[in-house]
Amino acid sequence: MSQDNSIVKDIKKVLVLGSGALKIGEAGEFDYSGSQALKALREEGIETVLINPNIATVQTSEGVADHIYFLPVTPFFVERVIEKERPDGIMLAFGGQTALNCGVELYHSGVFEKYGVRVLGTPVQSIIDTEDREIFVEKLSEINVKTIASEACENTEQALEAASKLGYPVILRAAYALGGLGSGFCDTPGELIKLAEKAFSFSPQVLVEKSLKGWKEIEYEVVRDRFDNCITVCNMENFDPLGIHTGESIVVAPSQTLSNSEYHKLRELSIRIARHIGIVGECNVQFALCPDSEDYRVIEVNARLSRSSALASKATGYPLAFVAAKLALGYGLFDIRNSVTKDTTAFFEPALDYVVCKIPRWDLGKFRRVNRELESSMKSVGEVMAIGRTFEEAIQKGLRMIGQGMHGFVDNKELVLDDVDTALKAPTDKRIFVIEKAFDRGYSIDRIHELTRIDKWFLHKLKNIHDTDRRLHSLKGLDAIDRDLMLRAKRQGFSDFQIARAVGMEKDCDIEQAILMVRDRRKELGVVPAVKQIDTLAGEFPAQTNYLYLTYNGDAHDIDYENDGKSVVVLGSGAYRIGSSVEFDWCGVQALNTIRKEGWRSVMINYNPETVSTDYDICDRLYFDELTFERVLDILDLETPHGVVVSTGGQIPNNLAMRLDHVGINLLGTSAQSIDNAEDREKFSAMLGRIGVDQPEWSALTSMEDINKFVEKVGFPVLVRPSYVLSGAAMNVCTGPDQLERFLTEAANVSKRHPVVVSQFLENAKEVEMDAVACNGEIIAYAISEHVEYAGVHSGDATIQFPPQKLYVETARRIKKISKKIAEQLNISGPFNIQFLARENDIKVIECNLRASRSFPFVSKVLKINFIELATRIMLGLPVERPDKSVFDLDYVGVKASQFSFNRLQKADPKLGVDMVSTGEVGCIGDDARKALLTSMLSVGLRIPGKNILLSTGNGKQKGDMLKAAQMLAKNGYNLYATPGTSRHLSENGIPNTMVFWPDSLGQPQALDLLHNHEIDLVINLPANHSDSQVTNGYKVRRTAIDLNIPLITNARLASAFIYAFLTVKPEEIEIKSWQEF
Amino acid sequence: MKRATLILEDGTRYEGYSFGADASVSGEVVFNTAMTGYPESLTDPSYAGQIMTLTYPLVGNYGVPADDRADDGMARFLESERIHAAGMVVCDYSDEYSHWNAARSLSQWLASQGVPAITGIDTRALTKHLREQGVIRGKILVEDTPEPAFEDYGDINFVERVSPKDVQVYNEGKGLKRVVLVDCGAKNNIVRCLANRGVEVVRVPWDYDFNTLDFDALFLSNGPGNPETCAVTVNNIRKFISNPDEKRPLMGICLGHQLLGKAAGADIYKLKYGHRSHNQPARLEGDVRCFVTSQNHGYAVDAKTLPADWTPWFTNMNDGSNEGIRHTSRPWRSVQFHPEACGGPVDTEFLFDEFIDQVKSL
Repeated sequence: MSQDNSIVKDIKKVLVLGSGALKIGEAGEFDYSGSQALKALREEGIETVLINPNIATVQTSEGVADHIYFLPVTPFFVERVIEKERPDGIMLAFGGQTALNCGVELYHSGVFEKYGVRVLGTPVQSIIDTEDREIFVEKLSEINVKTIASEACENTEQALEAASKLGYPVILRAAYALGGLGSGFCDTPGELIKLAEKAFSFSPQVLVEKSLKGWKEIEYEVVRDRFDNCITVCNMENFDPLGIHTGESIVVAPSQTLSNSEYHKLRELSIRIARHIGIVGECNVQFALCPDSEDYRVIEVNARLSRSSALASKATGYPLAFVAAKLALGYGLFDIRNSVTKDTTAFFEPALDYVVCKIPRWDLGKFRRVNRELESSMKSVGEVMAIGRTFEEAIQKGLRMIGQGMHGFVDNKELVLDDVDTALKAPTDKRIFVIEKAFDRGYSIDRIHELTRIDKWFLHKLKNIHDTDRRLHSLKGLDAIDRDLMLRAKRQGFSDFQIARAVGMEKDCDIEQAILMVRDRRKELGVVPAVKQIDTLAGEFPAQTNYLYLTYNGDAHDIDYENDGKSVVVLGSGAYRIGSSVEFDWCGVQALNTIRKEGWRSVMINYNPETVSTDYDICDRLYFDELTFERVLDILDLETPHGVVVSTGGQIPNNLAMRLDHVGINLLGTSAQSIDNAEDREKFSAMLGRIGVDQPEWSALTSMEDINKFVEKVGFPVLVRPSYVLSGAAMNVCTGPDQLERFLTEAANVSKRHPVVVSQFLENAKEVEMDAVACNGEIIAYAISEHVEYAGVHSGDATIQFPPQKLYVETARRIKKISKKIAEQLNISGPFNIQFLARENDIKVIECNLRASRSFPFVSKVLKINFIELATRIMLGLPVERPDKSVFDLDYVGVKASQFSFNRLQKADPKLGVDMVSTGEVGCIGDDARKALLTSMLSVGLRIPGKNILLSTGNGKQKGDMLKAAQMLAKNGYNLYATPGTSRHLSENGIPNTMVFWPDSLGQPQALDLLHNHEIDLVINLPANHSDSQVTNGYKVRRTAIDLNIPLITNARLASAFIYAFLTVKPEEIEIKSWQEF
Repeated sequence: MKRATLILEDGTRYEGYSFGADASVSGEVVFNTAMTGYPESLTDPSYAGQIMTLTYPLVGNYGVPADDRADDGMARFLESERIHAAGMVVCDYSDEYSHWNAARSLSQWLASQGVPAITGIDTRALTKHLREQGVIRGKILVEDTPEPAFEDYGDINFVERVSPKDVQVYNEGKGLKRVVLVDCGAKNNIVRCLANRGVEVVRVPWDYDFNTLDFDALFLSNGPGNPETCAVTVNNIRKFISNPDEKRPLMGICLGHQLLGKAAGADIYKLKYGHRSHNQPARLEGDVRCFVTSQNHGYAVDAKTLPADWTPWFTNMNDGSNEGIRHTSRPWRSVQFHPEACGGPVDTEFLFDEFIDQVKSL
């Protein structure tokens, strides 16, 4: 204990702000930070209040915080929670930029003072000092620390002037923005004007800086207590030089190319800065370091937990957020123990005996027209962390973890490139594979360095991989590999697959078989991985936790295996991506909790540093490693577990089920055969036919002719799903023959090898979801929820209400019956999800997944029945009780809404379709559907419009759908602006409106002008058809709205529901009720 | 690459490849958990007679700087004139290096100085072995080279081997206060840290009787090996501190700290596996202030045996071992860690400021 822990004594109740929905630049890392902070508070016996509308997070689960509010993290709602809960203190550092900005606003408006709430940790003034560029530069110059020459500007003219003074190229940054939002490089005044306008729509201030493109980018994570004790927990080096946002860069920890002198020079500067600013807790300092001298500049300081700090925590085993929370309560670093060794102090700097490599995951392929170049603002949606004892091993592991069909650095599908030079110079999400291509074409390291400015050390290491691959390619078959070469390849991170491919085994046998042959061969040669512990002290002290990874650069295991059959392995969900994110982390964590509680040894395999499931405290053994068949098998060989859970981690583990089953692994719950029967379209269809369940007509076709024949039978529109996609979205709805033809020639590939699945597409049908848990084919618990949007919007993008609000009783009854039959047929034991289409009482099954779905945390929390706990008990063979019927009868409503990150995806068309594009979600609970919907829409960043709304309501049907809402708006005094067709329709129906012109026609007023002049508060723009590839008027309006930060809705049903909600419920009428109070 | 083997006295073998001199060597096998600073560590005379295992696996990345000399005549980027470690053990030596300040690869440098090194070793397994068994003698055997015999580390006077033979003076004749630095194997940065603060530094050999000199303050350097082998130095220090009128400041670092402790009457003991790292936490006694320190030592002062007029100054927050002592009434003190860093954190460099302030306020 410290001499003076008076803060802890005074604080009985603390409010923690979360970061809301996952978005690009602010993702799962804040669930991890917040969960850690709450754990630290609980340990002190402090009552905790959490505001976070992200219902899929672990931090918003039972037992993590005492009072959980699924409300927007905005000053309005936070103040009302403060008014109600009267906390003694508030923590702003654990919810990303969202929480920080909200906190700064509340500070300015005097709310903390008014309610006597103490800001714990870094004082708000220090936060302001780091966020306001001018103050920041001044602060740092007070302690002789160099910053990048920059000028703060309040309008475009000032920005132009500053740029000409500094000299182009310059970088433009919006102040107070997360993840580099609205920032970028400008080579010319023209580019600057364009960018400045955008930046000013996010921030009142932009910074024009001299560009230091090509310098090294280095970060330090600094911890400071209120006694001025300071440590740097970790430093990290970007593989990509300055110019690419650190969230877009491959990052290694610790730094690899810095000498002792450089390392400690920057370290000392970091500490000097943290002290001068007055951090209490944690901050991150980013440096630009000259590659030819020790000259440096400070880029920025984040006075809060960040993506980098989450990464640093996982990279080192030092729980930064947990420690930061303790320090915020007034403890000194000397009071806290190292949570890995348990008997050394937390006042130390971790020594790593491995190298960590973070690689971003992009999903740019999902977006139409998106700019794929990597720049100074962030576009990636997730990341992976790979651990190895050589750089080659770590990077190859990491490239596999990304999960986009890559097998490592080499032996991938041929990358088609026009011009290697250009591709090296202008990096995209494929940049590292371009380097491989360049090696292939004989580029020298010097040449690649010249074009990319990537440090030659990294390039040499990549070249090592390339060289080994060449050696393998020169061999004839597996038997030609001797022990030395096998060991060398494995030490450089080659997978069995890569080796099989490199020596040409694919020609002679099935690749699955080849992989197993390589496996046997290397075991014969005695080449097997070793399990190593992450212990924070490089072996100097024994570790008490089992935070593990596998490496071929070692001979001895760090742990002894019991071989008692008491382990239960849960496979995690991998990198966050569009379609799979924090919800599966929640599922994994719930499974681990249940396994542990029931007396089994819980074992997790996962590699996503932004998760709670990769916290070494959450399970008995954590393997921070790949979820490939090869690596999972390596681990299972050692663990010899009782069984493996594949149903809580989304599609990655689900896809491994059959292969694991084939080699005799015991899968817990539903059998692999049943999983296959649900996944295999043909088998599933046949089964539905057998049990008399309807589904949209579909066929897998291999020629244009057959496709046309099929379409003739079912009629347009059809849903088209190619098995191989050349570019763009994987699925498309085609409304006519032209569109169908265009899609299949431009975007996809139809052939015998690559069949296309075409299915009948039902318009104006409701989509209904069944989330359930079954035991031996009998449903134990279920939740039926209803989409607000009609089918055609991906279920991951749809707004979902639970319980359903507008579903016929008969529909619900039929859905239950069908689900019961399917559960029986597939003999399901565990979680599953079925998606239905319903029109009138006509029900069709769209798909069925025999695993937990995205909506499991949402329905579990709304129902207050933990579906995963139930499912896990079933999988463990424990008795379960069927919940009482009455619990399914709720007197409140939950609404799950989607978060989009179009503002970060330059040029992407911000509209919804059958392919998922949202990056996150929220779930809010209300006394009625309107309140729940309004709260959830406000939580994903929509604002209640002031007075002016711009309408373009698409085709005839959609126009009709929107009419009632438009009427209501007009009646409530809103000024409606409408594009010509819509305007005519509104006028015909007696709704007053002002007509505005599309961008491609002359006449005033112009729609885009209104947007640029910020005269519009909400844009409702319904795309006329489901897909098109031309730059349309609609696209321009939608994109401009996004670029100027104006709320946009592109779906008639959602727009109507939102309008109805905000016209009939005022935000003040939304009751401030915690989850527990519903 | 030639094959090489690391053999420990207890028979444990580790197979790898040679990347240093084409020779075999024996020494005391120790581990160092620092993640940077191999040129500094290798030239730290305190490593004399030791085979240095680096726990950080990737080594050689930024090459080795040139032997440039600064105006003071010392190597600008290194801590002494040559590599003192007997050998080096790593997991993944980087054949290629990249750094603006590099003049050669680590491998070339090691070879040119006749120092064997081995890569491809499970250094984590080796480190855990040393942690459990304690430091142990070992040999790096490079194939086709003659095998050396084991030497007994504790009996050898390594200080005598690494200490200079002559007196050297820095900042001479500028009328500055004079500090005598007893060089038992001093790192260059100790000299730099003193000289840069505006004092004259008289660097004398380990066994030099500095009591015969005219000076304003005394500084005891770091150095290798068993402090028992430095009885001469201890006697000289004892002469200094046992003079009841002696008021001149005294400071010691590392071995200097142990020698001062011994001179004061405390016991010295050998740690099981020592502290060799850049992340050792030291807390100021009776205070809330803590420091991350750079360390390299196998022996320690037993604080319980300190006489009444001496008191612990700093304490290691991990294992409770002594990290510094001070006299209760005189300006005499010493630290087990390295405030001069190089490599490692520079957090305690302010101790030089404090010392020099004392010197200048005389």
